[in-house]
Amino acid sequence: MSGHDCDITLTVNGERVTERVDARQTLVDFLRDDLILTGSHVGCEHGVCGACTVRVDGVLVRGCLMLAAQCDGAHVETIEGVSDLGEIADLQAAFEKRNALQCGFCTPGMLLTAQELLARGGVPSRETIREQISGNYCRCTGYQAIVDAIESVAQTRAGAKR
Amino acid sequence: MKIVEDSPPILTALDRPNSYIGRSVPRPNLARLMQGRAQYVSDVVLPRMAHVAFVRSPHAHAAIDSIDVSAAKQAPGVIAVVTGAELAKVITPWVGVLTHLKGLKSAPQNALAIDRACWAGEAVCAVVARSRAEAEDACERVLVDYRELPAVTDPETALDPGTPVIHPSIGDNLCFERVHSAGDPDKGFAEADAVVETTFLFGRHTGVTNEPRAIVADWNPGDARLTVYQGTQAPHMMQNLFAKHLGLEEQQIRVVTKDVGGSFGIKVHTYADEMATVALAKLLKRPVKFVADRIESFVTDIHARDHRVTAKIGVKNDGTITAWEIDDLTGIGPYSVYPRTSGIEANQVVNLTGGPYTCGNYRARARVVFQNKNVMCQYRAVGHPIATAVTEGLIELAAAKIGMDPLAIRRRNLIADDAHPSQGPSGIKFEALSNHAALAHLDSMMNYAGLRAEQAQLRKQGIYRGIGFASFVEVTNPSAAFYGVGGARISAQDGATVRLDSTGAIYCHTGVSEQGQGAEAVIAQCVATSFGVSMDRVRIVMGDTDNTPYGGGTWASRAAGIGGEAAWQAGKALRQNVLAVAGSILQAKPETMDIRNGVVVDHDSGKERIGLDEVARICYFRPDTLPAGVQAELIATRHYVPRAWAFAFTNGIQASYLEVNTDSGFVKLLKHWCVEDCGTVINPQLVDEQVRGGVVQGIGAALFEQCLYDERGQMLNGNMADYLVPMAVEMPDIEVGHVVTPTADSELGAKGAGEAGTAGAPGCVMNAINDALRPMGAAPLTDMPFTPDKILRALGKV
Amino acid sequence: MKPAPFAYAKAKSLDHAIALLAHPDGEARLLAGGQSLMATLNMRLSAPKLLIDLNGIAGLAGIAVKNGAVEIGAMTRHAEAERSPDIARHAPLIALAMPHIGHSAIRNRGTLGGSIAFADPAAELPACLLALGGEVDIAGPNGTRTVKADDFFKGLFETALGAADVLTTIRLPAATNDTRVGFAEYARRHGDYAMVGLAASARAAGQRLAGVRLAYFGVGNVPVRAKAAEAALADGSIDDAVMALATDLAPSGDVQATGATKVHLAGVLLRRAAKQLTETRP
Repeated sequence: MSGHDCDITLTVNGERVTERVDARQTLVDFLRDDLILTGSHVGCEHGVCGACTVRVDGVLVRGCLMLAAQCDGAHVETIEGVSDLGEIADLQAAFEKRNALQCGFCTPGMLLTAQELLARGGVPSRETIREQISGNYCRCTGYQAIVDAIESVAQTRAGAKR
Repeated sequence: MKIVEDSPPILTALDRPNSYIGRSVPRPNLARLMQGRAQYVSDVVLPRMAHVAFVRSPHAHAAIDSIDVSAAKQAPGVIAVVTGAELAKVITPWVGVLTHLKGLKSAPQNALAIDRACWAGEAVCAVVARSRAEAEDACERVLVDYRELPAVTDPETALDPGTPVIHPSIGDNLCFERVHSAGDPDKGFAEADAVVETTFLFGRHTGVTNEPRAIVADWNPGDARLTVYQGTQAPHMMQNLFAKHLGLEEQQIRVVTKDVGGSFGIKVHTYADEMATVALAKLLKRPVKFVADRIESFVTDIHARDHRVTAKIGVKNDGTITAWEIDDLTGIGPYSVYPRTSGIEANQVVNLTGGPYTCGNYRARARVVFQNKNVMCQYRAVGHPIATAVTEGLIELAAAKIGMDPLAIRRRNLIADDAHPSQGPSGIKFEALSNHAALAHLDSMMNYAGLRAEQAQLRKQGIYRGIGFASFVEVTNPSAAFYGVGGARISAQDGATVRLDSTGAIYCHTGVSEQGQGAEAVIAQCVATSFGVSMDRVRIVMGDTDNTPYGGGTWASRAAGIGGEAAWQAGKALRQNVLAVAGSILQAKPETMDIRNGVVVDHDSGKERIGLDEVARICYFRPDTLPAGVQAELIATRHYVPRAWAFAFTNGIQASYLEVNTDSGFVKLLKHWCVEDCGTVINPQLVDEQVRGGVVQGIGAALFEQCLYDERGQMLNGNMADYLVPMAVEMPDIEVGHVVTPTADSELGAKGAGEAGTAGAPGCVMNAINDALRPMGAAPLTDMPFTPDKILRALGKV
Repeated sequence: MKPAPFAYAKAKSLDHAIALLAHPDGEARLLAGGQSLMATLNMRLSAPKLLIDLNGIAGLAGIAVKNGAVEIGAMTRHAEAERSPDIARHAPLIALAMPHIGHSAIRNRGTLGGSIAFADPAAELPACLLALGGEVDIAGPNGTRTVKADDFFKGLFETALGAADVLTTIRLPAATNDTRVGFAEYARRHGDYAMVGLAASARAAGQRLAGVRLAYFGVGNVPVRAKAAEAALADGSIDDAVMALATDLAPSGDVQATGATKVHLAGVLLRRAAKQLTETRP
């Protein structure tokens, strides 16, 4: 395959998708513009803000630093899919309870980034939580409420396992 | 006035059964934001929608001799290539002046530069294409023949006779000057035992909203209507401006604002590229979308704070402040921003310096000059961070000079809590402040004595920790005195309409808008409480000029205090209307009944009389069964504007505890505290989170953020890797406490809370750094942001 | 802010990638993790005609220890190295550096080979390669060759890689009992590119250090060996080593720090790294 138009077939939130994309189209633009999955956001387009964070083959990535063309055969998960499956329902509930979001623009990326850490299990320190979300920019909250919410979910999940 | 712990229920005269006032109820709009189902303007897609990208001047100042668009017009996907001259036939230029800022002047600004670009980043040509990518491709094919002109970049020399005048038509580079004198400053300084004079520098910075500015404009010639989806804080203001400059009637324009990815004052101004977008939609008769990318955001979103303030304080040996003096200079770019002007921040610096202190001997001058850099205008806590850092910086420097404790000097000079109403040194009027109570609360909350002991102990081990404070006052709930009196069509009042639906739920349409602060929740809490239903029976409608009462929107910490009061009153009015008709149905006197939790009850016994759903059913579907002459009015509208006070000043105090690594110059923030008094606290959690977010924004100013320019007017760090916003690892936990002094101007008594954090944090962190370094003999740091570079220099290490 | 148009090709093999690099219609670039390249493309700071994706080539990723060396496939992700027990045990300097590189989502995608080939002078891994005296294998139209770290970094974003070359393997000497490493950096915020950073390695020789290699990053166009400081440190004087930095380093200032500050911080880092070098391995 070589050219400006690329035919890709991939799974997005469990649905099989076949599209022809412009080679230069980033993954996040493909999700937003072609699939109208607008939960992944475009904040900086140079990999700093983390608003475009999605999962590709189970791994957390920046949607602006990958091409859609690279996702042929991949399994892509966005906030919409992860949300619908209930995987982070407890985390979302904790964010609501703690008001860990204001404008909400960073939130989808923040939730997925937090879930990567939480999925490793255990109760991370607040420092570790802050390091995990250090690539996700939030202008509204000052981060403390987010750290609180993630910490509380870690504690609850760890408690439930015991 | 009462002191309360963090996030308690605060029940006051507003206590109604099932009151939501003072309760940390969750915001109703969070679920969609967390599920990726929000609708930001950048998400909006319309049929036949085209995308615009702009060719922007690479020069800070250049004549545009010609523009060749022929190659761009041939590029794939291009729909139109439009120059400034062509667009000027559709949209008229504007001038950002207000008559109450006497002498303020500016030059006409066009949607696209026509024959001259005045800053690097100004749009000079628009390319509309099927996609943003294709529009950007074609922008590269637009050939602009620039002739570089001398750039005015240094505010210090902007007024020199040898400096070129950016707009010859207005005579010089002075946009605005204010001189103020009160009391007898000369006598005050003469009586002082010690005088401290220094210059404070404030870095130029910007809002960096996570969602960039975004607008979709849709002109439908069939309806002769323009629908604008815009991430704005002030829909009605924008409706007025679009109408005025496109030559339309206001009712031909609908501005719709749903979710907004952060604003912080960035999205309350007129941006040339957004005006160009609505003009292009009108010209092309189809929807046009513009979403600023991050690189153009850095050179076009308003900047703020680039002030240099030479300041002086006199004190007696007992700590009594005898006089203040400031000379503020700020460069605001080539145009005063429309319609709020770029004179307000300097004006606020004059108004707020000396803040809540008794010393009335005060002399001030502020000068606002033009320069060839991106425009500056109002950004969260306008002027407050500057005035607070200057005032509080002077106080701590003076305290150090006379050997006095920083809290003790404040106790000596803060206006007594029982001395209000009062006024500050500049003449600003305070209805009621609680600076002493806030200070006392902070003192115990942070265990000040304990921290001082810890600090002393650690210094023996070569660990340099600092404690800094900043008392502050904050302008909230602005009346027409802010903008309206100067001729701007910016609503100070706000309205709310509450309507009972046929099932007994209510709709509340409000003129304030939501950008994440929680306005939707606060309005719902107010109206649910005053009407008498649970919050899940309230639907809030906001951000739509076709469907909301006329209002100002959300800025200057006004949504809760003004919009909340309007909703409160509207809910009460509808309750009276419903009780009136219920009285007719039940053959009871309305004043003997109340609405509680969705049911009309007997006021005294609480006995249920009739459900709201039944009232609605009768009124809507069987009005024939009502007594003759009874017409139910199941809708009520109320408006509110503060009248007794021009502004509802809030107050508070912050403290910062930090450690400076004297080898590396790095600052580690250990803890931050803020006690603030925003009057009635409608939702404690939302107030606390406003404070925390605001503090972190202020910490950004103190330690990280600065738009760096070279002498030719080129921004050097206009990307998110080089312009450093606060991220999670470096930020401290922040403890928030409250003192509650309601304003008597409204029944709710709520003041604003959106800017307190940002107002106090920079000065507070500055003071803590200087406290840490004082034993090292370092010269005080007064040049924000306090980078490792500057700290090492102050320590003589480089 | 969308990339200029380019064609995309997914290389099926190393030979296929090399053949594609000889693309006649203009500049071609290799896409590894893309965590630096994609940003430059989005900002149109780079506008190649063809992007050749290495992500589909089998055998370019993986960590192996053989013949006293740690061999890291160029397409090994940072996250994989971060979790690798082999890296922790046999290339502890890389393990120390890893948490400083960007953020989780960046490390999940970014590759070690990509970072070294991109050769950002403020990046961690090029300096680590230099400090360890490692080498890289390069495949090109005329076969493969091995280039020592000291000869690899040529100038700002310039390396020994030719236009049709692919970096395939990073080879580091495996740590032995007497290997000592140190790593420290100053970045304004966690995960940012460093203002100044230092990757250091040495051999313990009794109470002294031998074979000291100090590789600074963020102080020039390439990672820089501080050779006078290395000698001073081997002589046992940290103070002399710090003094020597004034002759070893001549950084120019940037938006985060002046040159003088960088030199000062380089000295502070040296003291920290020297402490790490003299500590016995657990």
